[in-house]
Amino acid sequence: MKPSSEAKEVVQGLTPIERVRLAREPGRPQTLDYIEGLARDFFEIHGDRRYADDEAIVTGLGYLGRNAVAIAGHQRGRSTAERIRRNFGRAHPEGYRKAARLFDLADRFRLPIVTFIDTQGAEPGIGAEERGQGEAIATNLVLMARVTVPIIACVIGEGGSGGALALGVANRVLMQENASYSVITPEGCAAILWRDANPEKVAAAAAALKLSAQDLLDLKVIDEVVPEPPGGAHRNPAQAVALLGAAISRHLTKLSKMRPQQLRRERERKFAEMGNGFLLRSTARIGDSTA
Amino acid sequence: MREEANSEQPRTTAKLARPAPGAAPGSARQPSPDALNETPSAPDRGNVGQDVQADIWVKCPGCKEIAFRKEVERNLNVCLKCGYHLRLTVEQRLAITVDRGSWRELFADLAVGNPLSFVDSRPYSERLETARRASGRNDAIVTGIAKIDRRVTALAVMDFNFMGGSMGIVVGEKLARLIDHARARRLPVVVFSSSGGARMQEGALSLMQMAKVSAALGRLRDARIPYLSVLCDPTTGGVAASFASLGDLNIAEPGAIIGFAGRRVIEQTTNQQLPDGFQTAEFLLRHGMLDAIVPRHRMRATLSQLLGILAPRRAHKSVD
Ligand SMILES: [Zn+2]
Repeated sequence: MKPSSEAKEVVQGLTPIERVRLAREPGRPQTLDYIEGLARDFFEIHGDRRYADDEAIVTGLGYLGRNAVAIAGHQRGRSTAERIRRNFGRAHPEGYRKAARLFDLADRFRLPIVTFIDTQGAEPGIGAEERGQGEAIATNLVLMARVTVPIIACVIGEGGSGGALALGVANRVLMQENASYSVITPEGCAAILWRDANPEKVAAAAAALKLSAQDLLDLKVIDEVVPEPPGGAHRNPAQAVALLGAAISRHLTKLSKMRPQQLRRERERKFAEMGNGFLLRSTARIGDSTA
Repeated sequence: MREEANSEQPRTTAKLARPAPGAAPGSARQPSPDALNETPSAPDRGNVGQDVQADIWVKCPGCKEIAFRKEVERNLNVCLKCGYHLRLTVEQRLAITVDRGSWRELFADLAVGNPLSFVDSRPYSERLETARRASGRNDAIVTGIAKIDRRVTALAVMDFNFMGGSMGIVVGEKLARLIDHARARRLPVVVFSSSGGARMQEGALSLMQMAKVSAALGRLRDARIPYLSVLCDPTTGGVAASFASLGDLNIAEPGAIIGFAGRRVIEQTTNQQLPDGFQTAEFLLRHGMLDAIVPRHRMRATLSQLLGILAPRRAHKSVD
């Protein structure tokens, strides 16, 4: 689906870095806002049964319309106290392992999975490394690829790197028009490739990374751009929640008609094709001065 | 960089990895210890030094001692004084791992242009070109079938010298194809990782390779085919957060740096002094994140042992 013409106008006036700023806008609805606005009888599930309850990721069970579903999402937090408690949505391994528990539960009880992606990235820290951040993310990638229930992932803010993808291996990846999704933050990219993180270089990195919803739709990394209210989701959170909710239930209805193995196969096939349109097959082109 | 002069014709890894003269193709014989220490291709021998002078000597990054490169190479590029494991080139790794003459490269022709038209200080296509000329291969990994101590294995070796071993579409696709090929032929999979993570210049497409390869490993797991992950120095970022951590067994070389986030990022974010030996293989082992650390001179025998235990009836299947 294409964004509405009204929404398109909002997008068109923005440079990539401006869109990243919109994606980071603190007033944007967060996972718990979507749960509150869309889900009924939500029961939050805490902890990874290994180490701790990581509040950077919220997981739980509930209903979307008539569908019983499993929901997982990053929660950045609003007040300073909440943001610190939730580590600004930067999950530790225990957060990803909590999500893994939910995915496994959903698979066994045939509950569709809905995820909300809203993180700059997984926590870079001593404890995170000690407890296997890489392994925790990797395990989720395999788990999400294998489950035989529908998965819908929604990028609602900033989708940063492996910490985002660990909730993102879905049959349908929906992305709000002002959200961003990238392998690295523009700041991180500028610091490494331009060796300079001044605003001009960060803006250049944001443009080069093609992290906007429309770019990612063109690259087939995501499946649909979901429109936001004029001016961005933070201008009218209730409307933003309703717009995304409508898109989720539309896809949920379609995916619910598919058989379990078909769901897995379709998802695997989609990710198996990622980027393959850019492969050059002819070896003759290798060694040309410009490919 | 070296080897610019005669690179008119693009070299392929298949050529570089061609069996040394005299080795019978498909030979199942155990190579002699001396043969193991030879690299099949001279031009890519230098991992540290760039010019001829430096090529004779090597400085150990561990103890800073200068030693004869030949002597260190004979010791599998492990420092004779302190046991430091120097990084290996792909050719060196293959030479000390697979049975002589048994390597058959697959998917060598896969390559990308510049999917995002990415330009930083230089266009990505130029960076790729430089790396291709220096390495003689299309991207940061080789994949193929080989025998490890007579056991037919689907094998991948990452090339850290190629843009920091970063994973983009080609690395992801070659691994996914190798894993699917191994599943179809019921061959065990061994991957030697060495990578700084996802390749930024391919943006989200590189990130998605983590999912692509992980999904392929999920299928392999369902088929009950073993996958041994060997983590070499360094294995970080998106590679650590995908296939390198997903082995049925995860084994590291001594001293290898392994981690999700970069050291500097962690220091800046946490403002904390990092503990001694942080993100080394030994650190991970202590925290329960590795199955074993295996020194280089025992790696081939260990892989053979584990492949034998995990796939006992596949041990003597022939190549093709
Ligand atoms: Zn030394």
